[in-house]
Amino acid sequence: MSPLVEIRNLSKVYTRGRQKIEVLHHVDLDIAPGDFLALMGPSGSGKTTLLNLIGGLDSPTEGTLSVGGKRIDRLGQSELARWRASNVGFVFQFYNLLPMLSATKNVELPLLLTKLSAAQRRSHAGVALELVGLADRAAHKPGELSGGQQQRVAIARAIVSDPTLLVCDEPTGDLDRQSAVEVLTLLQRLNREHGKTIVMVTHDPKAAEYASHTLHLDKGTLVEGTVAAEVAS
Amino acid sequence: MKYLHLVWSTLFRRKTRTIFTIVSVIAAFLLFGLLDSVRGAFANAGHNVAGANRLITMSKQSLVVSLPTSLLMRIQAVPGVKAVTYANWFGGYYQDPKNQLVTETVPNNYFDLFPEFRLSAAELRAFHSTRTGAIAGASLAERFHWKVGDKIPIQATIFPQKGGSNTWTLDLVGIYHVADPNLKGEEGVLFFNWDYFDQAAQFGGGTAGWYIDRVAQPKDADRVAHAIDALSANSDHETKTQSEDAFTAAFVSQFADIGLIVGSIMGAVFFTLILLTGNTMAQAVRERIPELAILKTIGFSNRSVLSLVLAESVLLLAIGGAVGLAISGIAVSAIRAKLGPQIPMLPVGGAAWLRAVALMIAIGLVVGALPARRGMQLRIVDALSGR
Repeated sequence: MSPLVEIRNLSKVYTRGRQKIEVLHHVDLDIAPGDFLALMGPSGSGKTTLLNLIGGLDSPTEGTLSVGGKRIDRLGQSELARWRASNVGFVFQFYNLLPMLSATKNVELPLLLTKLSAAQRRSHAGVALELVGLADRAAHKPGELSGGQQQRVAIARAIVSDPTLLVCDEPTGDLDRQSAVEVLTLLQRLNREHGKTIVMVTHDPKAAEYASHTLHLDKGTLVEGTVAAEVAS
Repeated sequence: MKYLHLVWSTLFRRKTRTIFTIVSVIAAFLLFGLLDSVRGAFANAGHNVAGANRLITMSKQSLVVSLPTSLLMRIQAVPGVKAVTYANWFGGYYQDPKNQLVTETVPNNYFDLFPEFRLSAAELRAFHSTRTGAIAGASLAERFHWKVGDKIPIQATIFPQKGGSNTWTLDLVGIYHVADPNLKGEEGVLFFNWDYFDQAAQFGGGTAGWYIDRVAQPKDADRVAHAIDALSANSDHETKTQSEDAFTAAFVSQFADIGLIVGSIMGAVFFTLILLTGNTMAQAVRERIPELAILKTIGFSNRSVLSLVLAESVLLLAIGGAVGLAISGIAVSAIRAKLGPQIPMLPVGGAAWLRAVALMIAIGLVVGALPARRGMQLRIVDALSGR
């Protein structure tokens, strides 16, 4: 089976003033469709940078990055935006919901970029909220929801346009243990029952246990030597 | 339209700040509506006059310099002139100096040249036969609750009577109406008999303030005007004859350059408004950088983010502007109803709305431009990481 994400010789260098900081150093990685991959590593190891590159939020300095057979490292900003809208769902540590919108309206946001009617958008958002177990909180604003519930709304927003790939940056980093378990179980369900490919950055070994594979990054390099082959298989 | 809910919600994210900003926009556009109404009235002065076939002959030096009544017969004799009358400015006030009047003294044939002033034959006859007879416009009569038969004591501000009294007691013998709504402002004048003035005034008798000449053919107006002015060439009372609308516009411009004054006030108001709303928008966008980053993360393009911020800014101006202009419309109607033509004001109509909408959009785009650019240019990874 060909990988969903194919990374070759990927490097990312940031320039801060006169200083050049190489955050990722010649990374090779394949992620198979339907995989649930946890990326771990110490702070500053490049986990989030790698995740951002996979999600098309940033562009590499060197190397190639294909997702679903498409070279996203070659896309311009507008093309990347269009690509993200239909191929990737994002979940962040601090939920990043729009506080003035209800749960439904937050979930509907990615659908504003489609040609769906208002009724269809509402219906799709309802299904997504149902899936994350928050149908009864559809009219609530983020401030009226607990952290775990907000994160589940964020997950509903990430899956509402039915992307193949979910990228999650410390999705349980701001949650208590119980809420974290609920969120991780939900992600696992989305992976196993709905076939979503998930790449999750986490510091928490317990969270990583929910993934099917774990990779470690250190100083911008994947530390396991056979990672690409292992993950692909 | 599908983004309206998002733009609306974002705008009212900080309700108090937005409401205060909208109140300032309302105040600015209320002022715009009122001032534009006054400016429009002055700018249109003369454009609405009914007499395309009327010329006004006044002193070449100034409107306040009188002309001899002996000119009447000579103007009458100019080929192309069908009829001539004259008028004198009297002014004065009624009861209280605050109630300044537009009063003119006119001879018996005056109303023959102004068919738009509707009077009954009986009222005209009474004016001709009553030495102290006066005729008031309907708006003016309504303002002071005058009715035919009333004695109206007018206080002179320029012309005392020969005995030294400033009180001129007039008998109201008629009330004229003007059917054309555009000429309603002309219902604010009080006319009284020139003969009475001529005989009783301490000074100013035997002269006319200006002549009104009706030409047989409007197309001959220029030729007739030149011929009339030639009558007094090289005399001590040289005249200037012009169309009625030009005369009215010149008369109005004597007061002040209303356009400049109004333009300066509005310029200052809108400059302040730009600073105020610009600050609000800049603050609003600065606070929402992570949210804009999220929109971009989920696929909103740079242009979409730019459009959303600009739409928010224009919506802010549109809400306040529409409310402010609507209130000014009500206020202008109320002022016109209460004060009549004392304060010249045009109704806040379609043209004012068009100008206001153009201003709302322009100011909205100006104040939204920098914040929108900032939103458009933000790098997602920097914004999400708080850099």
